[in-house]
Amino acid sequence: MTTRGPRPINSGAVWRGIALVLLSVVFGAPFAWTVSTSLKELSETIRPTPEWIPRTTIYSAVVDGRKIANAEVSWSTPSQIAPLGASLPRGLEVAWVRPRGSSTAFRPVPKSAVQPEGRAIHFRWRNYAEAVSKIPFWLYARNTLWLCALCVIGVTTSSAIVAYGFSRIQWPGRDIVFLIVLATMMIPFPVTMVPLYSLFKQLGLIGTMAPLWLPAFFGNAFFIFLLRQFFRSIPQDLTDAARIDGCRELRIFWSVICPLSTSALTVVAIFQFIETWNDFLGPFIYLMDQKQFTLALGLQFFQSQHGGTDWHQLMAASTLVATPVIVLFFLAQKTFIEGISMTGMKS
Amino acid sequence: MTPVERRDLRVGLLFISPWIMGFGAFMLYPLGASLYYSLCDYSVLSTPVFTGLHNYTTLARDDVFLQALSNTLIYGAMALPVTMVLSLALALLLHAPFPGRGVFRTVFFLPSLVPLVAMAILWKWLLNVDHGLINHFLGWFEIPPVDWLGSVRWSKVSMVLPAAWGIGGAMVIYLASLQDVPVHLYEAAKLDGASYWRQFWHVTLPVISPVIYFNLIMTIIGLLQVFVVPYIMTEGGPSRSTLFYVQYLYDTAFRYLRMGYACAMAWILFVIILGLTLLATWATAKRIYYMAEE
Repeated sequence: MTTRGPRPINSGAVWRGIALVLLSVVFGAPFAWTVSTSLKELSETIRPTPEWIPRTTIYSAVVDGRKIANAEVSWSTPSQIAPLGASLPRGLEVAWVRPRGSSTAFRPVPKSAVQPEGRAIHFRWRNYAEAVSKIPFWLYARNTLWLCALCVIGVTTSSAIVAYGFSRIQWPGRDIVFLIVLATMMIPFPVTMVPLYSLFKQLGLIGTMAPLWLPAFFGNAFFIFLLRQFFRSIPQDLTDAARIDGCRELRIFWSVICPLSTSALTVVAIFQFIETWNDFLGPFIYLMDQKQFTLALGLQFFQSQHGGTDWHQLMAASTLVATPVIVLFFLAQKTFIEGISMTGMKS
Repeated sequence: MTPVERRDLRVGLLFISPWIMGFGAFMLYPLGASLYYSLCDYSVLSTPVFTGLHNYTTLARDDVFLQALSNTLIYGAMALPVTMVLSLALALLLHAPFPGRGVFRTVFFLPSLVPLVAMAILWKWLLNVDHGLINHFLGWFEIPPVDWLGSVRWSKVSMVLPAAWGIGGAMVIYLASLQDVPVHLYEAAKLDGASYWRQFWHVTLPVISPVIYFNLIMTIIGLLQVFVVPYIMTEGGPSRSTLFYVQYLYDTAFRYLRMGYACAMAWILFVIILGLTLLATWATAKRIYYMAEE
């Protein structure tokens, strides 16, 4: 059935257009600003008048009597400096320069020898390389992916098996037990947080990733609910036919129900992937060793170390951590929206 | 019980056995243990010592706890109307088909996918007092820079902004429910000469009321448990003005190792959430309209 909302008169459509454009600018601006900052030089991020397109000031400098037309300038002492000696101008304010694009050491010159020549668009891609090297990014990415894989496999198989038991088999007391499953969704995590911690401590699992993926293998109430709804919509005749052929339940589950439910199973897998990828509190509680950190935890660590200073690199790191989830969304947009829409069915 | 029923019961229980085990180990046991710990003096390093209601009576006199509780309720009272109205308004704007609708939907939905840590860092930068985009924007209107994260006056408002930015999930749920409003109801209303607003008020709103109720409950539960974004943006400051319930609970348990005290806090939170859920159910009960299944 195709439906249409109440159709407003034409001026309504105009107002709606204006509202949508304004709101989308407000919602989109933080993304644009993040990417813009991530491509700026540090000195550009704190300009009095901000610019959306990253630019840089072109300087010329005179070093040892020779003019460098396009110099890279550092006003504070950089890490790569030329061997000091007589060349350090005494008693003067010093700037450090080298030809732009070169990887030679910076040379000190008096500030008066440096002249601004103009501004040009300049994307500092190196922020990304620097952000990646300041935290063990690839190690954290590998940890996160590994954790995501375990959680996705665990939660998808276990929730599907349990949902089958709640939808395709009629047994006494089933619907009452299912109400308990739904009720567990209402319990706030902080209530079980402390005993879970001491439970995993007694098992010697604090400081390992096990507390983060082990529970996934015992089903997730929300996903059990989603899959149960989906399994119930599969016609009973299909499984009855298989049962007459003498199939066992597990076989029916595996070769009849699962192949017909790939879209719902994909929704569960994607949701779990994003939840694990984005999770902060779990790793924050259970992980001790920096070598085991996930990206979300590593990003927090990075920001608390460099809090409020290296905005260009923080934005580059944030962009890198958020990108995989956003890419996943674009790849599976339709499945995604359908999955979230199913969420509201509970009411 | 017939043999077939008995077989079905056995097979059924076998299929849900992973959940039964997980429910016992990761839900039932922790619930019981947490209730018991809440009556004990317990750091995770030693065995719990039973102290009766001592934790609860101490909480009633703990100024930091009372501040965290009131901070959380104030934040919730600010963020709840903003997020509820904004998510429904966006869904209504996007409901009727028009060219480019998918692009707008994506723009409004994407923020809800951004990892909370990245979201917090990004808003910390946007709200930066000297170089933040928001103060620059206010500067166009000659408004002097606002110390968003450094002043008690604005710090809680600053926490509402990321919450409002991330309402994409609720919006998509509303969009799906709007698709289900039967078109013949609008046609009947139009024949009666109902304006857009009257159609919205008398057709759309009643039909989607169960979904509004669902989003209301979920939003209340989520807002009361806010932790990651304020923790990363301000660590509870300035002057504890953004110290929220779960952060104090986390600090109590894992920083000060007062696990029993933390459990008592957790149970009070649970009771508050339950109470507010019941209140919302009671307040909306007469206004929720359930369409007959076709």
